[in-house]
Amino acid sequence: MAAELHVELVAADRQVWSGEATLVVARTTSGDIGVMPGHQPLLGVLESGPVTIRTSDGGTVVAAVHGGFISFADNKLSLLAEIAELSDEIDVQRVERELEQAKAAGDESAERRADVRLRAVETR
Amino acid sequence: MGAQLRVYKRRIRSVTATKKITKAMEMIAASRVVKAHRKVQASTPYAKELTRAVTAVGTGSNTRHPLTTEAETPTRSAVLLLTSDRGLAGAFNSNAIKAAEQLTARLEAEGKEVDTYIVGRRGVAHYNFRERKIAEQWTGFTDQPEYADAKKVAGPLIEAIEKDTAEGGVDELHIVYTEFVSMMTQTPIDSRLLPLSLEEVAEDVPQGEILPLYDFEPSAEDVLDALLPRYVESRIYNALLQSAASKHAATRRAMKSATDNAGDLITTLSRLANAARQAEITQEISEIVGGSAALADATAGSDK
Repeated sequence: MAAELHVELVAADRQVWSGEATLVVARTTSGDIGVMPGHQPLLGVLESGPVTIRTSDGGTVVAAVHGGFISFADNKLSLLAEIAELSDEIDVQRVERELEQAKAAGDESAERRADVRLRAVETR
Repeated sequence: MGAQLRVYKRRIRSVTATKKITKAMEMIAASRVVKAHRKVQASTPYAKELTRAVTAVGTGSNTRHPLTTEAETPTRSAVLLLTSDRGLAGAFNSNAIKAAEQLTARLEAEGKEVDTYIVGRRGVAHYNFRERKIAEQWTGFTDQPEYADAKKVAGPLIEAIEKDTAEGGVDELHIVYTEFVSMMTQTPIDSRLLPLSLEEVAEDVPQGEILPLYDFEPSAEDVLDALLPRYVESRIYNALLQSAASKHAATRRAMKSATDNAGDLITTLSRLANAARQAEITQEISEIVGGSAALADATAGSDK
């Protein structure tokens, strides 16, 4: 059995996902970072972006994360985000609508949030 | 039906209606406490992980940050007071306000100027009525606070603390809120939120746990820069949630005693109503008896 790491994906108001994984890819401010079991202790600032978690049973969990932190130590990885949504929870039509609205209103941060959500759904 | 009895009946009816209302409010509050308490618990994992991360940066590097540096002579403080939008919660709001006033008096005795920030209509009304200055106020979300609300509150506060004192900034930030201890106990507490002492934060992490030497991405300063405002937000969020849960618990208790009182009142009033009805009957009987006795006397007289 491949080595595993324990992942906790928590948003400010709830625990979004937790389980065992073999690889976690997240986007920090200085670029994408992949964490596998046995990685050295790490604490980083996350950008808005999709986070990909390859679970130990071969599945993939994708989540849209908006701002937050990644911290890894003792084979335990925590992803802290103010807002985090699993790709299955995202309603594509609604997000597309939001994206158009944000574009029309020139609201850059809202546009980015919607864009990240869409990308998370696409990589699913 | 006599006048007296009618008055009692009317009062019983009105108290019964009040009792129904307070009973309903009690049950609504009871279900909201459970919900609010669940939200407090749901926010715990985030707060815990964040505390760990802050401790890790704090102990793992010697970075200085405006949010952790204590001013040598603090001259201005900000007090954030959390109250509720609605009343009918017993002494909930007045207790919180009293705690804030004591804190303000203490800070002023130490020679600091105090800026007051208030959440909740009740606190705002209290200060406005006494024509005291409020630096900033927020209302409308105290029953069910969201994380976005905590961000809204934290923003100006963090800005104020990062500004120089000479330009109207503050040196420290205190928060006064009602801690939800249990369904029966909620205590108003005040604590200093900023400047943050990393040693104090470190005490929250279980003893004996050795923190690993972290690799910071992109750098320890940047991580701390991003981390500390989030930490403050999460603390304020937690305080808002606890305050909401406490408010609902206080409402429940106040409404329960109102219901009990209404019940007592109904018992007393029905006793009185019964006595009044009995008095009426007794009077009627004595009138009849008296009347027939007088009649009997009269006929007995005419027989002779």
